[in-house]
Amino acid sequence: MNLSLILQMAADAMPDRVALTSSDDQLTYGELQRLSVAAAKRIGPNRKIAYVAENSAAAPIALFGAALAGVPYVPINYRLAPDRVEALLRRVGPCLLVGEADAVLPQVEQIDPAAFLADLRTFDGETAHDMPEEEGGIAVELFTSGTTGEPKAAILRHNHLLAYILGSVEFMAASEDEAALVTVPPYHIAGVSTVLSSTYAGRRTVQLPSFTPEAWIDLAEREDITQAFLVPTMLQRIVAVGQERGGLHLPALRSIAYGGGRMPLSVIEAAMEMLPDVAFTNAYGLTETSSTIALLGPDEHRVAAASTDPAIRRRLASVGKPLPELEIEIRTASGARCETGETGDLYVRGEQVSGEYAGGAAKDRTDGWFATRDRACLDADGFLFLDGRADDVIVRGGENISPGEIEDVLASHPAVQEAAAVGIPDDEWGEAIGVAVVLRDGMAQPEPEELIDHIRAQLRSSRIPGVIRFIDQLPYNEMGKLLRREIGAILQTSA
Amino acid sequence: MKLKAGTKLESAVCDTQVMVLRVPDRDLDVRCGGVPLQLDPGQQEGEPEAGFDGGTLVGKRYNDADDTMEFLCTRGGAGSLSVDGTLLEQKLAKKLPSSD
Repeated sequence: MNLSLILQMAADAMPDRVALTSSDDQLTYGELQRLSVAAAKRIGPNRKIAYVAENSAAAPIALFGAALAGVPYVPINYRLAPDRVEALLRRVGPCLLVGEADAVLPQVEQIDPAAFLADLRTFDGETAHDMPEEEGGIAVELFTSGTTGEPKAAILRHNHLLAYILGSVEFMAASEDEAALVTVPPYHIAGVSTVLSSTYAGRRTVQLPSFTPEAWIDLAEREDITQAFLVPTMLQRIVAVGQERGGLHLPALRSIAYGGGRMPLSVIEAAMEMLPDVAFTNAYGLTETSSTIALLGPDEHRVAAASTDPAIRRRLASVGKPLPELEIEIRTASGARCETGETGDLYVRGEQVSGEYAGGAAKDRTDGWFATRDRACLDADGFLFLDGRADDVIVRGGENISPGEIEDVLASHPAVQEAAAVGIPDDEWGEAIGVAVVLRDGMAQPEPEELIDHIRAQLRSSRIPGVIRFIDQLPYNEMGKLLRREIGAILQTSA
Repeated sequence: MKLKAGTKLESAVCDTQVMVLRVPDRDLDVRCGGVPLQLDPGQQEGEPEAGFDGGTLVGKRYNDADDTMEFLCTRGGAGSLSVDGTLLEQKLAKKLPSSD
């Protein structure tokens, strides 16, 4: 099986439909197929293709070109420091590098994305291309963000990504006026899956390589965007601009999916109020699972938002239910299944689940079950709630403490904009709780005792932080992922 | 014949083309329009037999009643798919909101 099947089917069934708008470039499915075949010939069978640049028409062509050539596509974070990019490229090995890198590496041929495209456009050979038939071939290697350690190269094989697309997207389901605005970068799993989903659905994608809320709103209006995927921080910033402008005028917009991090309740509530005709979907997934594994759909959003029953209303903070072709299980530390409402470790099993890393590092799989390392629980109606990463759990004197509960309580203090809790090494407890607090604009800094009293009033005494520090802003990566390791370092240097 | 995932098959009597997604490890008599599917696109001759002429739809998946096998229709046609004499069913997928 091979991913290029998706493009082949789209190009056969709707060759003249527009596949992609990227600044002034417009490509039909037929052209995308032709350029991808040209790319496959350019890459050849014995090297990978790495992509180290912001999103452009060259990214989906590199993805499908690699599939046609039967070699892995390796998109890398172009925002990393040059020495980090170089270190990752050394791990990739021989490749055609589309993009910029300062390093001159052996067995790496480098080409600028625009030059790559221009080069492919001169191709006048046969567009029919045999699909590689290698069983279990690697389609994509994605470096994890490495917020807690060295980036790992997650391996996604053709069968994983195809299972995800066939199981979750209906072929040609999109009408011709549909257009999806893509803001996730190519090196993120959603940047890969959006290309595949949109191609199979026959939906035009419009790329916005460099996100600002103003640029997103302008492009959404100009291109009659009907749907978009956003990470929570992006939606938060769009809503903030909407509030300044007294509303958003996006009549074509029908749906917004969000994921990639925890969505604050206040943000989704404000977004639903500001865009009452837009259908919201919360998508939860991981790189290792070929993107989405659970969804909270538009109807469930509306029911939860309209309910006065706290148990139903809190579903707005849920990631919904697993995809139909997947199984999930929540287990205790000893491996037993958790009771309803009990928080444990989330496991997932299904054809789209890989859980494999290059070099065989940390293969978190037994009997097909993949340990997501996310903490989670299920409510009585089967809605899935996430409770942070297992790696983020603070173990204080043998007691597991979720940072989220402390952060939520702190954020409910009137002076606090946001807060992050992390474990810091402690001789007596193993780990002590350290919190970094960002104050709201114009609020006076409260005494630490006031915040401690605020926590003590709502949580057990084991949740009282040993270190409290006020900082200007929390460190996030460009996808809005909180960099807890950096917070730990900040708190320890200040101690 | 014995099939494996990823194998492409063509109808001998219509435009139908399928890809094997999942099959049991045994010989299967896979047909379209009542006539055996072929590995290479050959000459199209004749037409689907009665009872095997319901047609296939591009993008749909087809499986047997016990879900031991699954095929993806990569090009639609006038014939219906069958295995060992029994018609395959179109797999009904729950419609999901777009998530990426």
